[in-house]
Amino acid sequence: MTFEYAPALEATSVVKIKSEYGLFINGKFVPAKGGKSFPTINPATEETLSKIAFASASDVDKAVAAARAAYSKVWSKMPAAERGKYLFRIARILQERAREFAVLETLNNGKPIRETRDIDIPLAASHFFYHAGWADKLDHAGMGSSPKPHGVVGQVIPWNFPLLMLSWKIAPALATGNTVVLKPAETTPLTALLFAEVCQQAGLPAGVVNIVTGDGSTGSAIVNHPGIDKIAFTGSTAVGKGIARAIAGTKKSATLELGGKGANIIYEDAAIDETVEGIISGIFFNQGHVCCAGSRLLVQENIQDELLEKLKRRISMIRVGNPLDKNTDLGAINSAAQLAKIRELADSGDTEGAERWSPQCDLPSKGFWYPPTIFTGVTQAHRIAQEEIFGPVLSVLTFRTPQEAIEKANNTPFGLSAGIWTDKGSRILWTAKHLKAGVIWANTFNKFDPASPFGGYKESGWGREGGRHGLAAYLKGDH
Amino acid sequence: MRIDVKKTYKLFIGGSFPRSESGRCYEISNAKGVFIANPAQASRKDLRDAVVAARSAFGGWSGATAFNRGQILYRAAEIMEGRAAQFVDEIVAVEGVTSSAAKKQVQEAIDTWVWYSGWCDKIGSIFGSTNQVSGAFYNFTIPEPMGVVAAFAPQKSSLLGLVQTIAPIIATGNTVVAVASQKLPLSAITLAEVLATSDLPGGVVNILTGMTAELAPWIGSHMDIDAVDATGLTSAQDKELRVAGSENLKRVSTFKAEQSPQRILAFMEHKTVWHPIGI
Repeated sequence: MTFEYAPALEATSVVKIKSEYGLFINGKFVPAKGGKSFPTINPATEETLSKIAFASASDVDKAVAAARAAYSKVWSKMPAAERGKYLFRIARILQERAREFAVLETLNNGKPIRETRDIDIPLAASHFFYHAGWADKLDHAGMGSSPKPHGVVGQVIPWNFPLLMLSWKIAPALATGNTVVLKPAETTPLTALLFAEVCQQAGLPAGVVNIVTGDGSTGSAIVNHPGIDKIAFTGSTAVGKGIARAIAGTKKSATLELGGKGANIIYEDAAIDETVEGIISGIFFNQGHVCCAGSRLLVQENIQDELLEKLKRRISMIRVGNPLDKNTDLGAINSAAQLAKIRELADSGDTEGAERWSPQCDLPSKGFWYPPTIFTGVTQAHRIAQEEIFGPVLSVLTFRTPQEAIEKANNTPFGLSAGIWTDKGSRILWTAKHLKAGVIWANTFNKFDPASPFGGYKESGWGREGGRHGLAAYLKGDH
Repeated sequence: MRIDVKKTYKLFIGGSFPRSESGRCYEISNAKGVFIANPAQASRKDLRDAVVAARSAFGGWSGATAFNRGQILYRAAEIMEGRAAQFVDEIVAVEGVTSSAAKKQVQEAIDTWVWYSGWCDKIGSIFGSTNQVSGAFYNFTIPEPMGVVAAFAPQKSSLLGLVQTIAPIIATGNTVVAVASQKLPLSAITLAEVLATSDLPGGVVNILTGMTAELAPWIGSHMDIDAVDATGLTSAQDKELRVAGSENLKRVSTFKAEQSPQRILAFMEHKTVWHPIGI
């Protein structure tokens, strides 16, 4: 038996998408040099939403010059408490226009409106509110007295949480007194450009935030620009390593939030129904386009059959389809390129001998879609156990002892997230202690908060974002 | 008359004092060009052996209580104090400084151990946090050691620079492969003799002597080294090491401050744990 729901579409009338967008430099929208542009689409329908200016190196140069002037003439001279007030204003405007942002994000990204409305946008606003309060309290941040900003920060963000990643980057940078040149992801520029309007409404001094749209070449122009003092990047580990190479021998510092292959460890005494919900949230939240996804399920061998049966029943109830429908659980894959990558890796699971299972589900004929999928019989050597799929695909492995769980969980160059499910407190703390991961969710998964530091061990990146620890990335201490 | 019994200066790896597997050594003379000793010239293989020893020691050392580590760092200060005269003589011979300058360097080195000894069981409370997240969750962040750290001691100091480099790295449970100052390596090996008799488990500190420029690229590209203190490198060596180190995203730091909790934190990773609150 399946539940039938009437369609419950979120109205799109709240957003007014312009036919084209310029670059946001020095407080104004300006065309790219030479008028180059690229289309941005709705991945759920493949319809073109707008035409976006393509920033070249000379446009980046202008943005960096604007950020530098704003830093030296305005932002670094402003009393910290006043600086903080601008962040409070931005937080409030984001809250006021939350529905508009949620719909726009869903249109451009393909993620369900339930997530943009309840998670992405409220969290983005709260990141500004949280960091606003830090602006005049940096002496207490544990970086010595009077820590100093870097100056002009170059920021490059991914497409999986477009506005939320923007807020993770811009809020701490501004609170600590830096100015910003930010590049949103090529496939998801629209909420960043709407954010530029928020900066205008907030009266933020021109040049403090500059937003340049484009592709990897635009990002590379930011990273390599001599006028940039610090880089903050969220994205793939391969690009992160390239940035580490590019800034070697320069005075630039960097924070990198990169890939992951999070282990979600299920002990035999876990509360099984709650655990099933946690596994679902761990891998199917945001179509699995999550660097900290619980993409490797490590289940204690003696409960595997029972757990998998319940998990499969629960996965069968996931509603895949129109992201604007309020009942949709799994939306569109963000791009054709990402869909191809998911297919290629999942297919390697088949050829390497793992067993694939997906529920019956009808996928829309237009747009980019992938059904929720689990692989059982996965070994540690399989590509689907080692490589980040960044899609709704779960690899299931088993273990017998806690020591074996730790060994398997840590058997990866990544170290971003992990999950632990057990009723025993001492086992939670023992497991958490031995996991090489920066964020550990025990009896929960995929929870985020501006007060909670986020970031990885090993090849998952450098530094933390959020909380007091995240401020360190944007301040120069006394060492 | 009696002929002095001179010391053979060897490497310090896994708690033992091997010669370089390459059979190489190099000559150290004093400021006036008079021969003093032939310390070992470590090879890439020696480096790899040292990393294996450091990795093996990491579990036990990072698993020891902070109080225990603090006592062992303090013990190193105690043993150094007893051998202060030997360090002074060695520094005078190699650096050509006055004995009062050498004595000052030794005393500061001893006090550095004492200072970091006291940090071992405080770093978590000062630099960790409980985080006030929105929702019914208990959420805390703790600093943890990174693992195996390679360190290039400052080139201009025999002893003090090395202690200022090693002590903050191991205070929190990291293990270290330290490359001594190329021209002033003798006190580093004497320090190893102190550490070998300070209850410090073998492999926690490994000390290599030799050519900095030869060892730096291998350290940069070694995939089982988590972080590097590159203070003792030239800017060209530093750049080359960072490029190679990008392959496993090594955390590379250099320091101006001689003594600072930031030197501890640079080799720690922050771990955040969430748990629901409920009945």
